[in-house]
Amino acid sequence: MLEINNLCVQYGDAAAVRDLSLTLGDNEIVTLVGPTGCGKTSVLRTVAGLIQPSAGEIRIGKLRIDSKRNVPPEKRRVGLVFQDFALFPHLSVADNVAFRLKDRAPAERWIEQLGLAAHRHAMPDTLSGGQKQRVALARALAHAPALLLLDEPLASLDAALKAQLRWEIRQALKAAGVPAIWVTHDQTEALSVGDRMGIMCDGRLEQIGEPDACFRQPASRFVARFLGDAAFLPGELGHTHVHTALGDAPIGDGVPANPARVDVLVRPDDLSLTPSTNGNSRIEWSRYEGETRLYGVRLDTGGELRVRTNHEHHLADGAAVDTRICAGHPLALFAPEPAARPAGEPIA
Amino acid sequence: MTRTPLSYLPAALAAAAALAPVAVLVWMSVGADLLIDGRAFEIALNTVALTLLTVAGAVLIGVPLAVVTTYADLAFRRVWVAVLAAPLAVPSYLGAFAFFAAFGPGGEIETVAGLATPRAQGLAGATLVMTLYTYPFVLISTRAALQSLDANVVDAARTLGLSLPAALLRIVLPRAANGIAAGSLLVALYTLSDFATPAIMQLDTFTRMIYVEYNAFGLDRAALMSLQLLALVVIVLFFESRVRVRRERPGRILRLPLGNGVKAAALLLAGLVVLAALVLPVAIFGAWLVREGVVGFEPAYALNSAYAALLAAAGAVILALPVAYAASVGWIGRLCERATYLGFGIPGIVMGTALLYLGLRLPLLYQTLTLLVLAYVLRFLPLAVGAVRSSTERVENNLVGAARSLGATPGEAFRRVSLPLILPGIVAAAALVFLEAMRELPATLLLRPTGFDTLATYLWRVYEAGYLGRGAVPALALVVVSGVALVLMLSGEARRRRLTAG
Repeated sequence: MLEINNLCVQYGDAAAVRDLSLTLGDNEIVTLVGPTGCGKTSVLRTVAGLIQPSAGEIRIGKLRIDSKRNVPPEKRRVGLVFQDFALFPHLSVADNVAFRLKDRAPAERWIEQLGLAAHRHAMPDTLSGGQKQRVALARALAHAPALLLLDEPLASLDAALKAQLRWEIRQALKAAGVPAIWVTHDQTEALSVGDRMGIMCDGRLEQIGEPDACFRQPASRFVARFLGDAAFLPGELGHTHVHTALGDAPIGDGVPANPARVDVLVRPDDLSLTPSTNGNSRIEWSRYEGETRLYGVRLDTGGELRVRTNHEHHLADGAAVDTRICAGHPLALFAPEPAARPAGEPIA
Repeated sequence: MTRTPLSYLPAALAAAAALAPVAVLVWMSVGADLLIDGRAFEIALNTVALTLLTVAGAVLIGVPLAVVTTYADLAFRRVWVAVLAAPLAVPSYLGAFAFFAAFGPGGEIETVAGLATPRAQGLAGATLVMTLYTYPFVLISTRAALQSLDANVVDAARTLGLSLPAALLRIVLPRAANGIAAGSLLVALYTLSDFATPAIMQLDTFTRMIYVEYNAFGLDRAALMSLQLLALVVIVLFFESRVRVRRERPGRILRLPLGNGVKAAALLLAGLVVLAALVLPVAIFGAWLVREGVVGFEPAYALNSAYAALLAAAGAVILALPVAYAASVGWIGRLCERATYLGFGIPGIVMGTALLYLGLRLPLLYQTLTLLVLAYVLRFLPLAVGAVRSSTERVENNLVGAARSLGATPGEAFRRVSLPLILPGIVAAAALVFLEAMRELPATLLLRPTGFDTLATYLWRVYEAGYLGRGAVPALALVVVSGVALVLMLSGEARRRRLTAG
C-alpha cells in the first residue's frame, strides 16, 4: 500500500529524516516511536504531502512522489489525524465529519460507531479532549482514506483516557480495514497498538519489526533502553549459553560473530531474588506496583540493577539477597562497548 | 524554502507610510527657530500637568471601581461594567462641550436649576473632563489583572498565616500593579493626544497651540511643537513597553465579602461618574435640540462623515490584511506590524500637521479627500491590524493541512476554512475604523477640503461661532455612533474571552 524508499527530509541545513525506508501492508498498523525531535512527525507530514522530500521516493498505491515530483495532499487520499485534532472551529461535529462528503451516510456511520451521536450538533470548542479525538478520527475515516496517518493522536489526553482510546482507535482502524502509520513518543502505546513498530533516533529508523521482537531482540542499545528498563551485563560466550557473574542464559540466533566477550541485555523480569546471607547483593529500595514489586539491588561488586518480582515477595531494604538470571528465553547480546568498564558493573 | 513571502511588499509599504509622518515633521522643523523660552516651557508644563493629574484622577476612580466590580457581589454587575466602560467610547470633545455649556455663570445648570456653579475651564476643567473619559482604561486593565488572579493563591497565602487584608496587599496588589500601570499609561497617551478638551477649556497644551500656530500660518512652529509632543509620547511608550502584564492561567475568581457601607460608597461613586460622563452631555444636547431644533444642520455633514469613514475603513482593511499575514510569517513582518502601530501614538493634530505639510508640497494631494482618508488610515491602521490578527491566529496551519488531507484543493480550503474564520475579524476591523473615523476631529479640522464638513467639524464650527445650541444634532449623532462602537467593542471582548476560554 505504502512504500517509502531512502527518504530524506531537510529543513534548511538540518536533516530531519535520513535515508528512511519503510513499507506498509494493506490493513497493517505500523507505529513509529522515538524521542522528541527524532523525525517521526516529519515522516508523516511528508507522506501526507505537507512537506516535500529532499531525496528518496514515496509510493502510495499508484502514486509516486519524490523530490521533483510532488502530488498535492488533496490528491493522495491520505488521511491525517493531528495531535491538536485540527477540528474546524466554525463547523459542528457533524459538519466536521462530513466536511467533503456529498453523501453523508459514512459520516453518520462513524459518528454512531465512535459514540458521538449525542454530540452531533455540538461545536468543537464545547467538546472534551477525548471527544475531540474521536471527531478527528471519525472525520478522517469518513472520507475513506486509502491510508491513515496519526500524529501523536493521544498526546494531549490524560493517562486513563489514553489506554482506553488507544484500543478503540485500533479497533476502528481494523474495522475500516485502513492501513495506518501511528506516530507516538510513548513506547507502551507503540508496543501495544502496532502490528509492527519502528523505532527512530536522530532521523534514522533504528529498527522495525513486531513489537515483541523489538523488545526481546533490540537492534541497538538505544532501542533496548528506549523500550524499557535495560541493564547490560558483561558475559562470556559459550556453546549453548552465555556465562555472566549472575548465572547463565541460553543463546538464540543473531549472536555477534566474532568476540567471545559480549554484553548481555537483562531487563528487571529476567532476574530473580533469593534471600541469602552469602548472596551477591543487597536490597537498596523497593517499589510496590500492584501486580509486581520492583527492587533496586546493589551488587557487592558495585553497580545497581532493577529486579521485578511477584507481588507476594517482600524483602526489607538492606536485606542480603542472591540475584540470578532466571530467563528461560535467549537474552539479547551486544558487542562490548569500546570504553571498557570494570567487570561486573552493569549500566542501568 | 527561504523565499521572501509576497505579503512582505505591501506590509513594508504600510510600515513606510506609517513612518512617513514622523520623517515629514523632522524635515519641516529643521528650518524653524528652536525657541525654548518661557512660553514653550509653560506649554510643556501645562501638558505634563494635565497628563499627570488626569492619570491620578483615572487611578482614583478606576481602581476602586475595578476592585468592587470584580470581587464584590453587586446587583446587575455586568450592566455596571458595561456602563462604566462606556465613557471610553465617547469622544472627550463631546464631554468638553457639555461641561463648557453646563457650568459657570449663564451656563445650562444656572439657567435650568438656578444653581450658580464655577466655570469649567483651565487645568481643573480639562483634568475633570479628561479623567471622566479616560478612567475606563484603568478600570478595564485593572479588572483584567484582578480577574486573572486565582483565588486559590490568596487562600494559599492565608493558610500560610496571612490575614485577608495582608494577603490582598502582598499577593493581589503587586500583581494588579502591572495592570494599573498599563491602564495609566494608556490614559497618559490619550491625554497627551487629546486636542479638543484643552482647546475648549482654554488650557495652552501642545495640541491646542499646534492648532493656534496652524491658524496663524506658523506651520514650522506647529511642526516643532508636534515633535516636542511626540517626544513626550515616546517617553510614555517607552514605559509602556516596560510594563509586562502577566497572563496567568485563569482560576477561581476571588469573592470578597464587602460591607454594605463600602458597597454603597462604591455605587455612589459609580453613579456620580455615569451621571457626569454620560447623562449630563446627553441631557445638554437634548435640551439644545428642544430649544433650537435642527437649524443650520445639513444631512450632508453626516453623509460626508460616513463617506470619508467608509473609505478609511476600506483602506485600513486592505492594508491590514497583508500586514497581519506578514506578521504571522516572520520577524520582518512583525517589524512591519510594529511600525504600523506608530499611528496610534501619533496624536491626530500631529498627524494632521504632517500630512498638511505633505499636501502643501504635493499639490496633487492638497485639499483632497485622499489626504484626509490617508490620515484616518494611518491613525487607525493598528485597530484594523489588531482585529484582523486576532482572527488570523485562529487559522492554524494544521487546519488548512487537515482540509487538504481530506481532499480539498488550496482554493477550497481557503474558501471553506480560512475565510469563514477570518471574515468576522475583517468585518470587526472595518467597523472599528469606520466608527473611529466618524468621530475623528483634529486631523479632520486640518485636512478637510474646503466646504467638506463632517459631524465633528461642524460641531467645532458651531462652537467657534458661539452658537452652541446648533450642535444638538451632530452631537447626538456622534453619541449614537459612540454607542454602536461601544457595543462592538464589548461584543468583540466577549468573543475573545470565549475563544481563549475554549
